[in-house]
Amino acid sequence: MINDLVFVALALLTVVPAVWVVFSPNIVHAGFSLLFTLLGAAGLYAYLGADFLAVTQVMVYVGGVLVLVLFTVMMTRVPQQGKRRHGLDRYVPAALFALAVFGLLYKAITSTAWNAKPFTAQPTTAEIGANFMSNYIFPFEYVSLVLLVAMIGAAILIREHRNDRHEPAGEGEGVQ
Amino acid sequence: MNVGLPHFLTVSAALFALGLFAVMSRRNAVGILMGVELMLNAANINFVAFSRYVEHGIDGQLMSAFVIVLAAAEAAVALAIVLAMFRNFGSVHADTVQSLKR
Repeated sequence: MINDLVFVALALLTVVPAVWVVFSPNIVHAGFSLLFTLLGAAGLYAYLGADFLAVTQVMVYVGGVLVLVLFTVMMTRVPQQGKRRHGLDRYVPAALFALAVFGLLYKAITSTAWNAKPFTAQPTTAEIGANFMSNYIFPFEYVSLVLLVAMIGAAILIREHRNDRHEPAGEGEGVQ
Repeated sequence: MNVGLPHFLTVSAALFALGLFAVMSRRNAVGILMGVELMLNAANINFVAFSRYVEHGIDGQLMSAFVIVLAAAEAAVALAIVLAMFRNFGSVHADTVQSLKR
């Protein structure tokens, strides 16, 4: 009984702010609603017995991705210019397509006879670490390479281009 | 009501549909990115739920951890692109930016 209440609370904490993320006209409000959605998803992981993933979700998403998103939102705000939201032509096809996808998924979920029985949750951290170092060693290393490349790529992308000011091309990396 | 696998899958499907709607209807590029994050979280919930109820192992959670890492990398690169876009075009609206360079 109390389990069901906890699940309902977590599901509402996940889905209701997600609705606000999608429909809020103010992008800053959308960013802060995303915080609650991500926390709700972390709660669902914990409910499912994935303790390590719940903590990772909070650390990486809430602590990293969301801070990046909010920084970007606040650095790229332009004052509200006059005309906005003429967009019924954008909302109607998007709503139809999203509803169709949800309907299809829901039909598939409810009409499938899942051979599902929960097993007792155990601590997962040690097992995940052992798997990263044995069965999943190649994806693990590969993902670390992807992170390195993404970091360098992001730094190069947002670097100021000052080639027009430094005439001797090539070593114009001076930061001033 | 005895919470089971279909409940988690329904929550995840709702999250995915909301993310899809955001990707298709938002004009702000950061809003589009938020939709992508919602969809990735929906996929993660599915991975963890199947790992708990069907697979009885740890592989689903490992996939989910990889998805989290790749989502972080994707967010860093995408937000760098948004900042470069704002610097070059003065706008972050996806439908006003139609070329890769000015």
